[in-house]
Amino acid sequence: MNYRQATWERETDSGEPVNEPLLSEKRTGTVSHDDVDLPDELVREELTLPEPAEPEVASHYTRLSQMNYSVEHGPYPLGSCTMKYNPKFTEDVAGLDDGAIHPDRPDEYAQGTLAVLHGLQEYLAEIGGMETVTLQPPAGAAGEFTGLLVARAYHRSNDEDEKRREVIVPASAHGTNFASAAMAGYDVVELPSNDDGRVPLEALEEAVGDSTAALMLTNPNTLGLFERNIADIADVVHDAGGLLYYDGANLNALLGRARPGDMGFDIMHYNVHKTFASPHGGGGPGAGPIGVVEELTEFLPDPHVREAEDGSFEFYEPEESIGKVHGFHGNWLVLLKTYAYISRLGDGGLKDTSAMAVLNANYLASQVDLDIPYGPFHHEFVASAGDVDAAEFAKGMLDEGVHPPTTKWPEIVDEALMTEPTEALSKEQLDVLAAAFTETDRKTSEELSEAPTTTAAARIDQASAARNPQLSWRDVEGHDE
Amino acid sequence: MQRIQHDETDQSDELNESSPFAPQTPQEVDTMLSAIGADSVEELFDVPEAVTFDGDFDIEAKSEFEVRRDIENLLGQNADGTEFLGRGHYDHYVPSVVDYLSLRSEFLTSYTQYQPETTQGFLQALFEFQSMIVELTGLPVANCSMYDVATALGEAALLSARVRETSGSRILVPETIRSERHSVLENYADGAELTTETYPLDEGNTDLDALSDLIDEDVVMVYAESPTTRGAIEERLPEVASLADDHDAAFCLGSDPVALALLKEPATVGADIVIGDASVLGLSASHGMGLGLFAVKQAYLRQVPGRLVGASETANGRRAYTLTLQTREQHIRKERATSNICTNQAWVALRTAIHIATLGASGLADLAEDCVTTASEAAARLDDVNGVSAPVDDRHHFREFVARTERPAADVVSELADRGFLVHEAGDFEIQVCVTETNNDEVDDLVAAVREVLE
Repeated sequence: MNYRQATWERETDSGEPVNEPLLSEKRTGTVSHDDVDLPDELVREELTLPEPAEPEVASHYTRLSQMNYSVEHGPYPLGSCTMKYNPKFTEDVAGLDDGAIHPDRPDEYAQGTLAVLHGLQEYLAEIGGMETVTLQPPAGAAGEFTGLLVARAYHRSNDEDEKRREVIVPASAHGTNFASAAMAGYDVVELPSNDDGRVPLEALEEAVGDSTAALMLTNPNTLGLFERNIADIADVVHDAGGLLYYDGANLNALLGRARPGDMGFDIMHYNVHKTFASPHGGGGPGAGPIGVVEELTEFLPDPHVREAEDGSFEFYEPEESIGKVHGFHGNWLVLLKTYAYISRLGDGGLKDTSAMAVLNANYLASQVDLDIPYGPFHHEFVASAGDVDAAEFAKGMLDEGVHPPTTKWPEIVDEALMTEPTEALSKEQLDVLAAAFTETDRKTSEELSEAPTTTAAARIDQASAARNPQLSWRDVEGHDE
Repeated sequence: MQRIQHDETDQSDELNESSPFAPQTPQEVDTMLSAIGADSVEELFDVPEAVTFDGDFDIEAKSEFEVRRDIENLLGQNADGTEFLGRGHYDHYVPSVVDYLSLRSEFLTSYTQYQPETTQGFLQALFEFQSMIVELTGLPVANCSMYDVATALGEAALLSARVRETSGSRILVPETIRSERHSVLENYADGAELTTETYPLDEGNTDLDALSDLIDEDVVMVYAESPTTRGAIEERLPEVASLADDHDAAFCLGSDPVALALLKEPATVGADIVIGDASVLGLSASHGMGLGLFAVKQAYLRQVPGRLVGASETANGRRAYTLTLQTREQHIRKERATSNICTNQAWVALRTAIHIATLGASGLADLAEDCVTTASEAAARLDDVNGVSAPVDDRHHFREFVARTERPAADVVSELADRGFLVHEAGDFEIQVCVTETNNDEVDDLVAAVREVLE
């Protein structure tokens, strides 16, 4: 593909060529508070900030936007990120004035918002096969942390918290699993994968015991493989007195075809910005609701939404609640978009989503001429860049007008290219993406080392960024005051 | 599963069978299946029968029009009422330019900038956000977001414990802290075996003698807020900072970007960490959705949680931006990471930056000054009502204040709500009122309603 990203390079006053200058290199203003009715010792002496006029603001951010690749530009197959199309109408739903309310309104003044929250709780519970769902965690990792707090509260209620100090995490799991377990105060036990890329049942049997609080599992796993032994895995964990936690990052593969609750999971999180199409926003906001089985509902965060006898909705505090994981009620606008998306799709659309996501991944793989060591995969596959550094391969792909896959992870595949096209790519786009793999594979190592050449910036020196951190415009060398 | 040809079927069949956001035609599905060497899509699922779900969710598909209509109807059930509500979540007017620019799909539908060469635009916007927070706090390092102020407080506590040379386990927070915020802090603290305690306030500001009695070498962090939950500007921050410093505890200040535009720079009063809800600019009332501001002094740089954007240069010597110091983060450091945070509030940070840019230094300064004026004027007006005295705390206020009522506050709050005005119940005989530019025009009506209820 002949591709070129926009740039706006020009010389600054100092003679240094830069892309769109920093706001601080345009007009700034310095103000002091001379007339405010406060003692001097409480008031700052001055404040300096950019002072652009609105047309300049519009131009600046429009240019920045054009130096940013997004889902609507083309393929964005980051594995485990589920970069699917974000339907436009959900933004209009999120912009409704009636939804813009304060979180401290009494329940009777927030019945509409509570009805949406309750409706979404029910949708998600049904989709996951869970008893109920809390919507409070503001991201997937926050959901993991919340889920582990629930697990811990459960073990505490059985007087077992003191001995159940370990959370088992497969080596191929998302980094957040390890970090969330540590934040919840657990020791992490890492479980290596077996030769076919799945959880080794025998090693698991040896790893579990009186000290096991929970096993965290992604299914399909990060290789896209379904853990076929899931029922046995659940038995092993439950027999040892532990809980089974489902990382919902890959739920897009299973919508309407298998439910974590039916597989024996006790706690799960949903990444609504992945599975349910709320936009990723350049790194958030997302939402990470968690679902739990009946035995765990009383431990959920405060407050939870329920339907009262008169048909109205109310917040209440579950009896043995872990307390709060967000200052208010989580990322409301994201949850509202999620509710709108699920309402739009319904049963058929949800089942079609997983079908087309899995079809797309399998078709793309059939058109990619790289080694894909593990299968049968579902919504994503992990190809190997072979002798080529996967990070270099990714830079080469950028020049083909696509976003590259997730690189160098999971580590079980050498030079991994973890690829998830999602259901939203047309066959034509999949062919474009496959051609990008093929073209990149043809490039010499020298060509790769010079890539990318079509993006707003050439290869960036990340090592020196870390060695010599410049974290604000005050730090920038050659900063044009 | 039968995919439906979009132009050959009626609306209801299409809705029941396929996703409008999956573009494959039946012919393409066939072509793709043959390329794979499979007979059906079902065949691609390697799910054992025992755990296959063959039921229905009973979620009825709807057209876009129906979804919008139904949600509009649902949200319409939120009762009408003018909110004079604050206590940590504020409604400032967000200019239209913020929506139009932030909703550009290039921003909205991108993800974390793992490939910086093709995401310079968002990286620069986040770098500028960090820089604005640096200007407002005077601290040299700001990350590009935590979820909200409560989770930022939890992260601040964990950071404070990590940076201490000697171990310690106590965290001190003001007694006026929102209970929800305190609860989040306790959940973060628990895993690190830290405990939290509250210290008292005196006339709306820190009771320094009481804090002095409570603090010892086991304290890792002292937290204070300005403005406080009750809207008072905290006048004793330098003294709190030196008490913390004397005991090798970190001093964490909670505030927000509007207040910071007016109040003494946190760096000047001795703050080691500044947290707050930055979405007071960028988001209007959104049921508590926020943007956790997180800034620290240089010495804490390597212990910061979350994403940091740094400036660097390209192979051909041009300035460029990239995520940096990622070895702190979970995807590399796993259980030894500074935090589990991955997805954050980046798009809200973009909105906040656009809002700050649109206001400029002078617009932001004016907004901040108005927050002092409107609060004191509204307090004076309510103080004129028989049966009300305001403000209760003999302090300067920002946006909001507490008023004492002769009748039980619960009754007053409820009777005001009946008249279409929502205020907080802040104590048995205390209500709390928050005024910004979005409700200032209705203060007259609120005062009249309070008069009706109390006189």
